[in-house]
Amino acid sequence: MASILRFRKLCFVEPVKCSKLGFQSYDAPKFQKEEKESVSAIIEQVLEEKKKPKKNRQQREWRCIDTCCWAIGYMCTAWWLLMLLYNYLPPNLTPESPGTRLRREGLTPLHPVVLVPGIVTGGLELWEGKPCSEGLFRKRLWGGGSFTEIFKRPLCWLEHLSLDNETGLDPPGIRLRAVPGLVAADYFAPGYFVWAILIENLAKIGYESKNMYMAAYDWRLSFQNTETRDQALSRLKSKIELMYLTNGRKKVVVVPHSMGVIYFLHFMKWVEAPTPMGGGGGADWCDKHIKAIMNIGPAFLGVPKAVGNLISAETKDVAFIRSVAPGLIDSKTLGLQTLEHVMRVSRTWDSIISLVPKGGETIWGNLDWSPEEDYECHSSKKRPLQSSKENNSNNSDSRVVFSVKDPTKYGRIVSFGKPASELPSSQLSTLVSKEVSSSSISNVSCGEVWTEYDEMSRESIRRVPENKTYTATTILDLLRFVAPKMMQRAEAHYSHGIAEDLDDPKYDHYKYWSNPLETKLPNAPEMEIYCLYGTGIPTERSYVYKLSASDSCKSIPFQIDSSADGSSNGCLRGGVYFADGDESVPILSAGFMCAKGWRGKTRFNPSGIATYIREFNHKPPSSLLEGRGVESGAHVDIMGNVGLIEDVLRVAAGANGAELGGDRIYSDIMKMSEKIKLGL
Amino acid sequence: MLRRRKRSEIKESQNSGTQSDSEEKKEKKTNSVVGKSNESSDDLNLKNKKKERRKSWSCVDSCCWFVGCVCSIWWLLLFLFNAMPASFPQYVTEAITGPLPDPPGVKLAKEGLKVKHPVVFVPGIVTGGLELWEGYQCAEGLFRKRLWGGTFGELYKRPLCWAEHMSLDNETGLDPPGIRIRPVSGLVAADYFAPGYFVWAVLIANLARIGYEEKNMYMAAYDWRLSFQNTEVRDQTLSTIKSNIELMVATSGGKKVVVIPHSMGVLYFLHFMKWVEAPAPMGGGGGSDWCSKHIKAVMNIGGPFLGVPKAVSGLFSAEARDIAVARTMAPVVLDMDVFGKQTLQHVMRMTRTWDSTMSMIPKGGDAIWGGLDWSPEGGYECSPKKTKNNNNQTGGQNRLGDLVNTSQALYGRIISFGKDVAELHSSKIERVDFRGAIKGKNLANATCHDVWTEYHDMGIGGVKAVADYKVYTVGSLLDLLHFIAPKMMKRGGAHFSYGIADDLDDKKYEHYRYWSNPLETKLPNAPEMEIFSMYGVGVPTERAYVYKFSPSPECYIPFQIDTSAEGGNEGYCLKGGVFSVDGDETVPVISAGFMCAKGWRGKTRFNPSGIRTYIREYNHAPPATLLEGRGTQSGAHVDIMGNFALIEDILRVAAGATGDDLGGDQVHSDIFKWSERINLRL
Repeated sequence: MASILRFRKLCFVEPVKCSKLGFQSYDAPKFQKEEKESVSAIIEQVLEEKKKPKKNRQQREWRCIDTCCWAIGYMCTAWWLLMLLYNYLPPNLTPESPGTRLRREGLTPLHPVVLVPGIVTGGLELWEGKPCSEGLFRKRLWGGGSFTEIFKRPLCWLEHLSLDNETGLDPPGIRLRAVPGLVAADYFAPGYFVWAILIENLAKIGYESKNMYMAAYDWRLSFQNTETRDQALSRLKSKIELMYLTNGRKKVVVVPHSMGVIYFLHFMKWVEAPTPMGGGGGADWCDKHIKAIMNIGPAFLGVPKAVGNLISAETKDVAFIRSVAPGLIDSKTLGLQTLEHVMRVSRTWDSIISLVPKGGETIWGNLDWSPEEDYECHSSKKRPLQSSKENNSNNSDSRVVFSVKDPTKYGRIVSFGKPASELPSSQLSTLVSKEVSSSSISNVSCGEVWTEYDEMSRESIRRVPENKTYTATTILDLLRFVAPKMMQRAEAHYSHGIAEDLDDPKYDHYKYWSNPLETKLPNAPEMEIYCLYGTGIPTERSYVYKLSASDSCKSIPFQIDSSADGSSNGCLRGGVYFADGDESVPILSAGFMCAKGWRGKTRFNPSGIATYIREFNHKPPSSLLEGRGVESGAHVDIMGNVGLIEDVLRVAAGANGAELGGDRIYSDIMKMSEKIKLGL
Repeated sequence: MLRRRKRSEIKESQNSGTQSDSEEKKEKKTNSVVGKSNESSDDLNLKNKKKERRKSWSCVDSCCWFVGCVCSIWWLLLFLFNAMPASFPQYVTEAITGPLPDPPGVKLAKEGLKVKHPVVFVPGIVTGGLELWEGYQCAEGLFRKRLWGGTFGELYKRPLCWAEHMSLDNETGLDPPGIRIRPVSGLVAADYFAPGYFVWAVLIANLARIGYEEKNMYMAAYDWRLSFQNTEVRDQTLSTIKSNIELMVATSGGKKVVVIPHSMGVLYFLHFMKWVEAPAPMGGGGGSDWCSKHIKAVMNIGGPFLGVPKAVSGLFSAEARDIAVARTMAPVVLDMDVFGKQTLQHVMRMTRTWDSTMSMIPKGGDAIWGGLDWSPEGGYECSPKKTKNNNNQTGGQNRLGDLVNTSQALYGRIISFGKDVAELHSSKIERVDFRGAIKGKNLANATCHDVWTEYHDMGIGGVKAVADYKVYTVGSLLDLLHFIAPKMMKRGGAHFSYGIADDLDDKKYEHYRYWSNPLETKLPNAPEMEIFSMYGVGVPTERAYVYKFSPSPECYIPFQIDTSAEGGNEGYCLKGGVFSVDGDETVPVISAGFMCAKGWRGKTRFNPSGIRTYIREYNHAPPATLLEGRGTQSGAHVDIMGNFALIEDILRVAAGATGDDLGGDQVHSDIFKWSERINLRL
């Protein structure tokens, strides 16, 4: 409300001043004109004329402001009237919420619920800051309220959000901490719900703060650092144990979202591992305390968006900072180098590295092959396939008939130039990027080093595109090349490979814990893992890059070639190849582990934990009144999807996966998974 | 905006660029002057036109104009306010009053104090926020909004709905069916009670200066309407506190916690300490060494260990002179007629469902609070004489001699009917015992039905019997309350007890109803623990009341404080029907200090392990100027949370200091003298 008022004030107060000035400056010449042209008139008349305008002028001057006031008043009144009407709208206009319906069915709280928020959605508040942040103690710098501080003191704000470049922890003198409690991520901005709808529906069937817990953590840190600095993992463990005990020894249902999914993977390994590195819960902790994990929009195997963000701080419509405030970042609030600033800040956040695609070419495809290659971007309605093989094969057959043209080469996550993204691999001149020696001659004229690009010589930058294309495996080399320090810092915390031998003692290290391809699931045969995600939205999968035109200092040398458009299947738009997904996470990343990697007893899932895939096909809101839609499949909006909420509520009230109806699949995830050759 | 722009476009096409419609007319006018020589007639025409225009400037327009003006000014001010640098108010203050002292956090950070012990806050009654989780139709759209604390906006919008939701079930003392109100959790629960009205916020900010943050500060928020044991039954609050303390001790490398309860939180934490040691079904099963393993110090702020007289008047007639329970923070709100004429009845009905108010009924009976003719505070002088800082008892005793002759207020008579009765010697008062009196038949006629208090079940006979007893001491007070509100007291009696234990080893004291009464429990076996009693002194505090019949007893509460009863000579403490005594505006010194001054000092039967106790009193100094807000040297019950000296003490203890490092006792009042007069077997 306050922000609206402020916005309107900006619109209105200024014109009042302007028009007043304009009027006065305009006045003088008019008199001259008048006098010149009425030469023939009698002096008295002239005098009269002169008097009158003066009188009139006073009135008019008054009336100018007057009119403005009138206009503002008019709008205010209209606005208030609308607000009043809106407030008196009968609440029945909105359809009945799933919570109310299920309550009538007799659902009551059974299992405590733990919510694990993802990246960017959690609020951060200031506990200690530089002088420029005076008066912001315990105020939110990120999330929750409005982001007014960005406008008021953008540089100060950015400085406080950055972490230390070396340690990935707090810079000296700054303490920014996660907001605890349900308020941490119920609304990201006023009116922009994240968890609020789910919480409200859980409350409808009887949940309250004693059996619902938001595991808020500082999403900028690497997962292990949240424990080192804030003891966030210990808190989560203690809270789950407490809820388990105080709710009659009922196991908890965990609902992680987005990056929270891999955070919780990390937690499960951490809690089993012996102290000091782990939580010392013992091998049966998960079995004893967790009933089900309902992953929403899981980014198990990473997201290609993270790559776009790390290389050039731009992703098609947003990944991190831009997710919610795109207008903000594109505007010139921070001067001309908004993107550079964003890159500088976001590169200090270790957590982003956790989202770099994992599993390399085996999962994401190589130069010539990718699991999604048959995906058609224009494909219209898809029928739900209730996990029946025949149906699946039929569908794929028909699809093969239709797709005559070359399949999209999604495997090339980054290609320089559109041709490079389409040519067969034999025609590509490939250099191994490691051969490019990093002759780091820092440009003295650039002064302060902002991003690691500044430390690279222009020559070595120019040699990056010579390699033409990068796959999910070589992209790591590219990142190591363009940002050696960041990767060095982050790779102490994350790993992106596939384990050969899961029993190798090296996998006891925490850097492997958040990678589902390098860890075993806990020994908890009664647990259930759900993958709930949206489908039917084009999702960024690979990028066409070019060298940035400007060669000046402090600019990012690469940018997405937004002129590259249209290709065989129509999957290339504005320099980005799209695949099926939920707008942020491709289905491959969200669904593969549940569809194949963990299905049955595999080496990643030695105790045979049951997995279920629940897909929600995207349906845009039919009218404005619906807001962000009750059947959305988009990455964040899916939290308001009635189908998904119903699933979560039912499981929380005691149902198991089979009672929900097992798998519910709209996409080709099963077929895609089959193409992936991974030793299980 | 659009309209104006359009017009200017039209004008541009017509002639040279103009900007607003008023100019447009001028334009026309000049044109006409040029075009025709017959100016005067044209002028007339114009004038007429203008008059028409002005007439059309009707009432609606001027309304809009007015609204617009107000809005613009508002926005301008808002803009200025937002553009104002955050340090501006402080700058102004410093310009007027001279440089402010550093807040204790900054000062001590310079001294090199660092985070050491985790800190637990236990808020008191009314200061904690409550939010709605499930409600009736009338509370639509208030899900997870604060009903208590914050702006109290809903109180104005739908007062009856609000009162209905805030009430608990009359029988069980738990949620009424269909309503779930739960405490807000986290530091936000009680940092500010209302916008700008700090409770814990100043302390939190100062702790943060020496490095504290969310992970080593914990607000033990609980639903302060419930009886203490019920917070565990319904919300598992005690378990949550236990688990959080254990977690904080574990994650901070085995450093014990410093607990800081305020007001009723003091009793709540006493209850917690007994609960945590008790075996599992009734207690937390932590074992008898839990406290010694996990708690370094308990720093009670303004603790009503032995209850507060205000609670009596709150229960008896829903009026305490300026507050007891609901009225504490929002006196204006409750005095207004938000509920129509029967505000007090509604308040009484609501507060009587809150079991927690009964935890603050004075405990210890006549032995502590005084009988008909004596009281420990007898001889206290209310005239604002500067009290000297008596670090020992001798100063107080010297003054005793001077005061013997002045007529002493008989504080022991906590309720008297009529001023003369309050002053008469006990032998001259004729009393008729009310206990056997037959309550008249229900006289609630149809008009009274919407407001229910148990007074309506009493009938005239009952009411009269109450008044005939004339004088009540704390001992007979309980009988009075049982007489006038049997249901409430029955409910409360299951959760609280107000006596003095003869034999603390009696099996019956293992029941939870005794746990919050320091006179019926032993302190835990934790010889290394320290207990601080920190409270303000120098503010007149309600101690005893003069009552009278209410003018129309049919529908209203039949008794009210006789505000016409005023004290005689200077130094006599009766004002507006209330006898006041030294304290912090809510809690009298005797209640806040007695346990630490005598009851627990050394090894006593209440303190078998000899936990060290310290009294830290803070003399009240009202804020010097308006700019200081609520003052940095206040001793008032809630404002003391912003007292710099108190904050400094807390910070030092949290950073590792012991009571002796602080300087031991710091006493301004006569607490030691008064304690000595109390004859309690230790």
